Amino acid sequence: MITVQDLHKRFGDNEVLKGIHCEVEEKEVVCVIGPSGSGKSTFLRCLNLLEEITSGDVIVDGYNIRDRATDINMIRTEVGMVFQQFNLFPHKTVIQNVMLAPQKVRKLSPKEARQRGEALLEKVGLAEKADQYPSQLSGGQQQRVAIARALAMEPKMMLFDEPTSALDPELVGEVLEVMKQLAKEGMTMVVVTHEMGFAREVADRVLFMDEGIIMEENTPDIIFNNPESERTKDFLNKVL
Amino acid sequence: MFDFTQVIDFLPQLGKGLYYTLLISIIGLLIGFALGAIFGLGRISKNKFFFIIASIYVEVIRGTPVLVQAIWIFFALPIITQYNMDSITAGVVVIAINSGAYIAEIVRGSVDSIDKGQMEAGRSLGLNKHQTMRYIIWPQAFKRMIPPLGNQFIISIKDTSLLSVILVPELMFQGRYIASNHFNAVEIYTTVALFYLVINFSLSLLLRYIERRLKY
Repeated sequence: MITVQDLHKRFGDNEVLKGIHCEVEEKEVVCVIGPSGSGKSTFLRCLNLLEEITSGDVIVDGYNIRDRATDINMIRTEVGMVFQQFNLFPHKTVIQNVMLAPQKVRKLSPKEARQRGEALLEKVGLAEKADQYPSQLSGGQQQRVAIARALAMEPKMMLFDEPTSALDPELVGEVLEVMKQLAKEGMTMVVVTHEMGFAREVADRVLFMDEGIIMEENTPDIIFNNPESERTKDFLNKVL
Repeated sequence: MFDFTQVIDFLPQLGKGLYYTLLISIIGLLIGFALGAIFGLGRISKNKFFFIIASIYVEVIRGTPVLVQAIWIFFALPIITQYNMDSITAGVVVIAINSGAYIAEIVRGSVDSIDKGQMEAGRSLGLNKHQTMRYIIWPQAFKRMIPPLGNQFIISIKDTSLLSVILVPELMFQGRYIASNHFNAVEIYTTVALFYLVINFSLSLLLRYIERRLKY
């Protein structure tokens, strides 16, 4: 579903990604872990071209996203994204946040968009918050709305950029719960995270990134119990 | 000593001045807002040409006094273009281009101040750049524009008094005409000042009300 070949990303003189290769299969859950500054988030943001790619190829759902002929807006409708800072639209109510893109991009009628939005809010456990503004919700609730907003486009895959890093510890669980549910339903997911428990439990595969490359790529079982790379071992010793 | 009852006799004439002050302010600021929106976007545009044009406009207008602009447009421009503008049109043009430059900076600042995560969230949902601007960035930026816009509106309304030098029959022009003919400077200029105060204070209240309504 996603193929990445020799992906490089440079910010000025600073090369953040130094040749990434990876594949994500349909219905697979891939967690990306690694120290901060290792390029995890940049890598994720290259997958839907929020970050311009310096060189290499990213093929999403059969389309090379760097190809000029590729309609990036169309690709993005198939790739949902959840941000560390939620990025909900503060001037719109919860239900309006969820309804906006399906109406404007998928051309759903307001009634269809509302039905879909209400069903998704129900799913993330926030049906009763539909008419409130994001600022009236807790961080965990806001992030669940953000997940519902992304799902409202009925994407084929979801990208999560440290979705729980901005949350108070007691609010992390409710967000991870929603993500687990999604994984169980067979959503293709790439999750950049510091939640090792989540990666261990939910991921089919874990990528350990350091200094702009993928140092190790393995099943969670091997990564967490018997990592092949010394760097992985070091990192996990520090965080676990 | 001072006889403020006589002001009543001059109210029709002052009223006429008030009419032109409001007319020029409203039309001038409407056009100024449109100019400000266009050139404000120019100032954040990636298009070099558009950016440079917008920057020149803003710097030239901000760098010269409104009084000089008024006199230049009314007395100098017709010599260059061989086209005579009546003073009221010239007044509207002065207020429009002058406020437009300041409003452009207000627009630029407000749009710039919206967190870039908002644009990313919009784009990641498949909205194109134009749609994201229209549905997500603008509504938020507009709210932030209201206080500085209100300020600019008030400044521009007061600036219309300078248009008396290009013979626009606005409030200050009428006041000067009456005072110099009837030697009642205290009564007339006090009344004129009060008129401006009432307009601008009403505007302040209106803006405060709008701002409250837009709370989210």
